[in-house]
Amino acid sequence: MVEIRIHGRGGQGNVLAAYLLATAAFLEGQFSQAFPSFGAERRGAPITAFVRIDGSPILRRSQITSPRYLVLADDGILRIPETLAGLSPEGAILVNSPRSPEELRKRLEVEGMTVGPAVRIETIPATRLAMEVLGRPIPNAPLLSAFLSLTGTLSTESLGRAFAGRFSGDLLQKNMSLVASGASLVAQNLWKEPIHA
Amino acid sequence: MREALEGSQAIARAVALCRPQVVAAYPITPQTHIVEGLARLIADGLLAAELVSVESEFSAASVVLGAAAAGSRSYTASASQGILLMSEVLYNISGLRIPVVLTCANRAVSSPVSIWNDHQDSMAVRDSGWIQLHCADNQEAVDTTIQAFRISERTELPVMVCVDGFTLTHTLEPIDLPDAAQVDAFLPPFRFSRTLSSSAPLSQGTLVSPEFFTEMRFLQHEAFARAEKEILSADRDWAGFVGRDCGGLLRVEGDREASVAILAMGSVYGTLKDAHRSGLLGRPVRLLSLRAFRPFPAGAIREATQGLSDLIVLDRSLSPGSGGIVAHEIRSALYGMAKGPRVVNFAVGLGGRNVPGEIFREMLESLEKDPPSFSIFDLDPRKLPDPGLDAATEMPSSGPVLSPR
Amino acid sequence: MTSSDSPSPSLDWSTLRNSQPRFSGMESGHGACQGCGQALATRLVLEAAGPDVIVANATGCLEIFTTPWPQSAWTVPWIHSLFENAAAVAAGIEVALRAQGRTTKVLAFAGDGGTFDIGFQALSGMLERNHEVLFVCFDNEAYMNTGIQRSGSTPHGAWTNTSPAGKVRQGKRHFKKDLLAIIAAHGIPYAATASVAYPSDLRNKVRRALDVSGPSFLLLHSPCPLGWGHDSALTISVDRLAVETGLFPVLEMERGHVVTTMKIRNPRPVREYAEPQFRFRHLLQDTPEAREELEHLQALADANIERYGLLATEPGPRDTEGADTVRRGGSRWG
Repeated sequence: MVEIRIHGRGGQGNVLAAYLLATAAFLEGQFSQAFPSFGAERRGAPITAFVRIDGSPILRRSQITSPRYLVLADDGILRIPETLAGLSPEGAILVNSPRSPEELRKRLEVEGMTVGPAVRIETIPATRLAMEVLGRPIPNAPLLSAFLSLTGTLSTESLGRAFAGRFSGDLLQKNMSLVASGASLVAQNLWKEPIHA
Repeated sequence: MREALEGSQAIARAVALCRPQVVAAYPITPQTHIVEGLARLIADGLLAAELVSVESEFSAASVVLGAAAAGSRSYTASASQGILLMSEVLYNISGLRIPVVLTCANRAVSSPVSIWNDHQDSMAVRDSGWIQLHCADNQEAVDTTIQAFRISERTELPVMVCVDGFTLTHTLEPIDLPDAAQVDAFLPPFRFSRTLSSSAPLSQGTLVSPEFFTEMRFLQHEAFARAEKEILSADRDWAGFVGRDCGGLLRVEGDREASVAILAMGSVYGTLKDAHRSGLLGRPVRLLSLRAFRPFPAGAIREATQGLSDLIVLDRSLSPGSGGIVAHEIRSALYGMAKGPRVVNFAVGLGGRNVPGEIFREMLESLEKDPPSFSIFDLDPRKLPDPGLDAATEMPSSGPVLSPR
Repeated sequence: MTSSDSPSPSLDWSTLRNSQPRFSGMESGHGACQGCGQALATRLVLEAAGPDVIVANATGCLEIFTTPWPQSAWTVPWIHSLFENAAAVAAGIEVALRAQGRTTKVLAFAGDGGTFDIGFQALSGMLERNHEVLFVCFDNEAYMNTGIQRSGSTPHGAWTNTSPAGKVRQGKRHFKKDLLAIIAAHGIPYAATASVAYPSDLRNKVRRALDVSGPSFLLLHSPCPLGWGHDSALTISVDRLAVETGLFPVLEMERGHVVTTMKIRNPRPVREYAEPQFRFRHLLQDTPEAREELEHLQALADANIERYGLLATEPGPRDTEGADTVRRGGSRWG
């Protein structure tokens, strides 16, 4: 089972991101589950969302406390200690950030937060891409496609189909182009692991 | 058809498949997505129903009361404070024997205010005369919603479908939505035997003196005994259409021969089952998922607990000064049973506290340490206030009893 | 033709009227007190509304005295749910009928407690959502069913068991809630007040209210001999005085604007209204406090007359003297 935790702030579409990932998994014939852990639905408030993907029906409904992957909708959220809590020592973090992974590691050290040496970090400037195409700071499409490309968990085509289930017309086209550009920014299958690990 | 759906959207679609003519609701987290979903289905012309966006839950319940009494299949949904605000009407609907279906997106009750899931709200109205069916997952929420209309209309008792707020309502997962033909074949058009009609005038909700009150209450109580059969037959008949059931009154799984069982109600059962499947429990355990809380299936519980030495009952609500509520009823059901199990009651997950799969093993291990009959298992003593800080303060005195001018 | 003319030499008006069958939505034999204004008002409302109605009744005297199980005085479909939800239950009935394509009219009945106070929220919501429901408030100006306690509708200075007159208090300290202004603020198509002392006017308003499309509201002043402390035989004359003093203005509103008023030809002093009623008796004492409160009450009546332009400049067929010259006629049993 792949367990993914998404951290972000209210208004960034993080819950939708979780739903899109789980939907993409479903469309690929996997079993999946996505749910939020709302603080309260306020813009800017930290929000956590959870995604599970597996080859068989998912029964557990507990929050994901030791995720394999973290997807962070902005790098500011790294300053909150809970963000990194329970991350697998071999885990990986994808951050929406214009900064380099090395820069983020340094920042974390300054904050007194440690990430294990085996934990991989990648960044993509998803907000910038979204602003260029959507005109709104919704990083989901490039961030999720980059995540899928890195992990090889699901195909970015499935993500596109998940977007198509929720959007149409111009907005869908824009998201589709963001899905393509997000995936192109990262090394494919860099983090690849089987779903049934 | 299987779709990846948020629980609330799936419930809304299931409600729509039952063709209600009247939907009335007031927004409250975490119920809102259900009613928003219904509003969209109506706006898109996919459901021909009157949506009454009322000014309070009190009126939501009152509107569906009136609408069903006037002969329309009616639906409402609420949670937490909304259920409590409705409570007077809930008693009334049941006493009037009006068939209505309500989804309770289970949530804690204030104070302290919490928007998160536990079962305090539906427990607060457990004596209101509503059938209460709990759902372990969103598929059960869909299937139970459809069954609920038939159960309600056959028993003339209202049905509350209890679905864990957020944990189920806000979880997206693969759900099999039946098609309209299946639901139409299972659920006949709404018919209420005492429909308000000027061609056959009836007076309902009359004043009942002590001379007759006892008999009225008896009839209401007796209807619940018959409701057990309707719940079972609805689940069986619906399984005939979709090939899956919801466990009837009580689902028994896991290791049938085990001497220890854990009983849960609602979505925690999934985590429990997962822990069992993943070998997290560390020993054979019988798993019980209690679906019907009203009527309380005492007979089924006695049968399901045969041969047990210990029964752990999980409560997601609390009767302060007493303990867990489900366990009380379980103990009452098992009272006098020859070789009945020891019942150990743990409250967990109050106000949405995460219930991880590992907790069940700790519970099982605690059985060796002679645990109290009730405790809050996931209490964190470090978070309790320092008693030294709680210095007594003088209360200001109020005025004299008599203050002649 | 004047009222004394007969249609034929062999038949006088009263015989003709008495021989006409009248729809009775609430039969006699119920348990209301002698001289109950609410029972009379209910009968008049249903006479005018006819049999094709459904009534949602709030908790109160009306519900209690008409339905001691297994008996019921109602010949129309009737449902009582709770105290504070008559408007919402009626709204539910109305949407169900609409969904089913049925044209039966929906009435909600409540006392002043169930309208001004505990039922107000549901009423306001029902009006705002534009349900086609006629909400009838039988206003007897206190919680009579529970034994005479003050409500938001109790007039200033009136005695009740929770606004008693004593050494330092002269009855209710607050004013009667201006519910009509609040109803007007909802901008509903039709709202009116009427008094049981003017039955023709009352019935006309019921018909008009049921004719409009959308919500309508009737405030019916209904004396309670028990709670007001007047002789049961004086129900009509006491309520006439409520109107003739200006304390209870009789009017119609459309979309929040006053369109007709029942003019007062000879305004009576409030003292005359107070005299037969126990609830105002303390205001008639010869003390400065009593005199002051009675003056307040007179000022409130005068303010109503001025605010609604109730004073008649010349006689009219629908003024306080003319309106009840229309004969009420008899009942079915003569």
